[in-house]
Amino acid sequence: MGLIDNINKLFDHRIRLGIMSILMVNDDVDFNRLKELLDVTDGNLASHTKTLENAEYIKVEKAFIGKKPNTKYFITPLGKQAFKKHIDALEDLIRNPK
Amino acid sequence: MDSKKYLDDISQIKDMMSRSSRFISLTGLSGILAGIYAITGATVAYMFLLPNDYEVLTVDSLKFKSIIGILILVAVLSFVTAYLLTTRKAKRNNEKIWDETTKRLLINFFVPMVTGGIYILIKLHSRHYGLTASLMLIFYGLALVNASKYTIGTVQYLGYSQIVLGLICAAFPGYGFWFWVLGFGVLHIVYGTIMHFKEDRK
Repeated sequence: MGLIDNINKLFDHRIRLGIMSILMVNDDVDFNRLKELLDVTDGNLASHTKTLENAEYIKVEKAFIGKKPNTKYFITPLGKQAFKKHIDALEDLIRNPK
Repeated sequence: MDSKKYLDDISQIKDMMSRSSRFISLTGLSGILAGIYAITGATVAYMFLLPNDYEVLTVDSLKFKSIIGILILVAVLSFVTAYLLTTRKAKRNNEKIWDETTKRLLINFFVPMVTGGIYILIKLHSRHYGLTASLMLIFYGLALVNASKYTIGTVQYLGYSQIVLGLICAAFPGYGFWFWVLGFGVLHIVYGTIMHFKEDRK
């Protein structure tokens, strides 16, 4: 089994990588905060969160603050594990370039 | 695939982790100014307000109220200074000052601070003056350590120093005033100066 097998295709994108990084260190983050940190458009962000949600790496919670909809994102234990594995794989690849 | 891309990925991860969870560092200058306010306040208190040997300080006396007033003034001035200077620095670096992280930083700072403040006031009302300086140093130190999770930089070391000083202070009753000056005055100035030369000059 090559090292490359541990590289997670889902994380091979700047925005998805960013979403996961942010959620690793924050208990919960709302949509607008993600947008602001990653500097992306609504539609773009929504499609990437959907992908991660479908993989069950992140969890979504929708609520209303007053009349404003507020969407919060959390990382799941599965997502945490997958992300850690991905970072280890990146590290290995950098240390032992082929 | 080249390792350049992986390195970029790693730096993106690091950048996002720190930007999303950490507040920009306080400026060294605000530490220096906080120290100067504290020493100025202490000097005024020393010259005019500290009780003479034959005098008993009571909670209702004007002197006592003035001392509390000076303490509050020093705290508010330091806080406002830190706020203004940090805002200015954030603007210069194109960072937002008021976001989720700032809110968490302030909550984490004020929980130990307010707890300590109320505790000290209760103690004062029951005429336990002896440990006031020590308690102020300890609770302030705890607040700094607690809040430092959300700052870039080395605020936690200032916090640890204040806690240690507060504990030493507790062992030397009667010298509270001097320990207070050392902690809130001298330590702030020393820390602020170190920060100023280490970070702000960059």
